[in-house]
Parts: sequence; C-alpha cells; structure tokens
Amino acid sequence: MEIDITHKFIYPDAELDKAEGEAIETLKANCQQTIPDADSWLDEEIQRNVMLTSLDSVINWARSSSLWPVICFPACCAFELIAMQASRFDISRFGMEILRASPRQADLMITAGTLTWKMAPQVKRIYEQMAEPKWVIAMGACGISGGIFRSSYNVVPGYNHIVPVDVYVPGCPPRPEALLYGIKMLQDKIAKGSLVTKG
Amino acid sequence: MTLALAAKEVAAKLETRFPGSIVESNNNDIVVKSQSLFGLASFLKTAPDLEFNYLAAITAVDYYNYFELVYQLTSLKHNHSLVLKTRCNDRDNAVVPSLVKLWRGADYQEREIYDLLGISFTGHPNLKRIFLWSGFEGHPLRKNYL
Repeated sequence: MEIDITHKFIYPDAELDKAEGEAIETLKANCQQTIPDADSWLDEEIQRNVMLTSLDSVINWARSSSLWPVICFPACCAFELIAMQASRFDISRFGMEILRASPRQADLMITAGTLTWKMAPQVKRIYEQMAEPKWVIAMGACGISGGIFRSSYNVVPGYNHIVPVDVYVPGCPPRPEALLYGIKMLQDKIAKGSLVTKG
Repeated sequence: MTLALAAKEVAAKLETRFPGSIVESNNNDIVVKSQSLFGLASFLKTAPDLEFNYLAAITAVDYYNYFELVYQLTSLKHNHSLVLKTRCNDRDNAVVPSLVKLWRGADYQEREIYDLLGISFTGHPNLKRIFLWSGFEGHPLRKNYL
C-alpha cells in the first residue's frame, strides 16, 4: 500500500502543535501556586511514638539505601550531578549508583537544571510515571526558584510549581559534596517515615 | 585559518552582476536588499571562485528602526568566509526570503528567528515556532517585548 506523505502521521503537524501549545498553557495556568513541601514528617515525632515498629525500620533502611535516581537532567547542574555519580564522589557508596533510564524503575528525581515551560509537561510526566514511593531533590538555584532566569518568559520559577519537593540543595551549581549532603538528608527523612502515615 | 574575504571587493563583483542590489559595504560585511537576497546568495554559493557551500550561522538584530539579518558564509573548498547582511524596515510585517533551498542548515535557524523576533521567511517549508509553543503571545527578542 502506498503511503500518502501528506498523511504520514495520524494527526497533522498543525493539530499536534496546537495540542502541545494548549497543554503548556493549561499546565502554566494550573501551576501558578507552589505545591506544599512534603514536610509533615517534621512535626510528627509525637504521633509516630505509637506506630513505630521494627517493620518500619527495616523497610525504611531498604528504601533509603537503594535510592535509584531517574535520568531527568534538563540543564547544566547535570555536570555536577555526573561528577557526584562518577568515581571521585561516588554515590554508589550509598547504594544508588544506577541511574535509571526508565522512570518506572526509579524512586528519586534530582532536578538538575533550569526548567522551561516547553519542557515542563515532560518532566511532570516523568514524575507521574515513577512508582510510589518517590522523592524529589530540587538541585541548584534554578531548581529552587528559577534562579537568575526567574522572571524570564519561558522559565518555570521553581520545580515546586510542577512536582512536590522533599529536599532543596542551593548553589549555582551546588558542589557534589552539597548534593551528597542533600541526599543524606533525604535518607534521614526516609528513615523517619512510617508505612502507616505518609509524610 | 579561514580567510575573511574583503567584503568591499566581493561587493564590487556583485554590483557588476546584480546592479543596484547592494545597499552598502565595508571591509567586514555586505548589506544587500532583501528582494535580491536569494539570487545573490545562490550566486555566492555557486560562483567558482567563491563557492560558499556552508552557511555557518544566521542571526538577527533588532535596531528599533529595522531588523538586520546576518548570514555568516564559509567556503570549505577555498577556506574563506564572508558576512552577508540584509535589512527589513517593516516591523509589523517583516518578511525576507528563506535560504533553506540553498543551505538546509538554514531551516532551524530561520525558525528560531521567526519564533523569537517574528520575521517571516517566504519559501520556508515548515515555518513555525521552535523554542516556544504554538499559542505563545509575542516575540521575546524584540526590543519592545516586556
């Protein structure tokens, strides 16, 4: 059967572009408020006294010492992240040397770099594809607040407009040591979590 | 190192071949009329002693009164280069001919200029926004965009 090149795809280009534009505008309109940080665990000390079990500690130990980051590094902070991943700083010491190409197999998103509104739907989709439990580290000034590009027409002013953030690592870019410290803080957070109450 | 051709000499050569198409020229660049841009560019690409077979970059500048497009041409055969410029004065309806038919590398760069400065390229096969999304209001690299 001959393929009509004007109908190479199911939907014509113009329709796809329009749909993409509308999706970005909708996302932008829905993401004007920041998502509250997942910090309810901070004042949970008293509530947890009753529920603390040995099962919790075993599962939390397993979760916190096998964090697998998903590959989603939109900009230049990625180079510090790569440095942290490689042999000099070596995150495999914490059980997380495997960067997963598939979000299905990952449970940590390290948002290394400036995010544009054009890229935002894809980042949101990657986050939604990750299986629970999942955590997010906002890396660098752009990840926290948009950084120097905050007032730009095309930059998301902080990842917490798109996804809930657990740990913020400041710097432009942060040193690998700073990112390691952020990961250790995330591990502390996971260690204090409970199967019964999500926080 | 790539030799930057003396633009004045090339302009003199072009003037004999395409009378009245040169707006001005100095040692660094040639400014041509946008109506004759395509014919001039295809001559620059094919003339045996010029043979600019590689378009290194296109960019555009907003000078308030007019837009200026800058084409950086290189000949890989003769190892020389030339800067070609053209202007469009109409801000509301800025149009210049597309050079995609001559150099395929012009495709995305012309789309970028269309996206960020709002200059249309006649003859471009797929002129639509590239960095921003369809439905975005305005052209951010224009000086009056805020």
